[in-house]
Amino acid sequence: MIGYALTFAFACFGLGLLLNIYRVVWAPTKGDRILALDTMVINAIALLALFGIHKGTTMYFEASMIIAMTGFISTVSYTRFLLRGDIIE
Amino acid sequence: MLVEILIAACLVISGIFGLVGSLGLIKLPDPMMRLHAPTKATTLGVGGALIASMLYFYFVVGTFSFHELMITLFLFLTAPITGHFVAKTHLHLTRKPGDLPPTGSDRPWASYESDAERARIEAAAEGDTAG
Repeated sequence: MIGYALTFAFACFGLGLLLNIYRVVWAPTKGDRILALDTMVINAIALLALFGIHKGTTMYFEASMIIAMTGFISTVSYTRFLLRGDIIE
Repeated sequence: MLVEILIAACLVISGIFGLVGSLGLIKLPDPMMRLHAPTKATTLGVGGALIASMLYFYFVVGTFSFHELMITLFLFLTAPITGHFVAKTHLHLTRKPGDLPPTGSDRPWASYESDAERARIEAAAEGDTAG
């Protein structure tokens, strides 16, 4: 039963990742593009957590922690750049 | 058996929330509306996936791992900050200060107040309370 639920969750988050890629490429405003990149990072973390369940190992959580931090820093620096024209003042 | 049902339910709910969050980013009409879907629904979805992972490793594999809790805490702390920054970027790129409704006080919207003006007003307020 966990296997079926895992397949369903994999399909949902994979489809979400495809929708995010569509939004990154065809975005109406710059804010949407940043938001889509941030959502891509969150979906990638979810996929890594599901992959860890699938493989039965906790090795992938360090990777998802690093991806979470990198995604946060990149989103904040992109928005800071658009707001102030400068990242580190 | 009960634990398996719980883990499967967590996985299915997290998948639905993650898909709804990504779909909302595509379907909603206004940029400020589109901000809602990823910052709330997708964060809840990834939280559900991490809870399912923690339950799985504790009850099925037999090892307790607290990495999921750290990732959940980090995501729940940073999602409002990124949402705030994206909303502020959108406001600055598409609206002028004249387009916004009045604030109801003599100070402008905090996002458009210059540093010098804020320092002057705060120094004046501090002088009032001290005197």
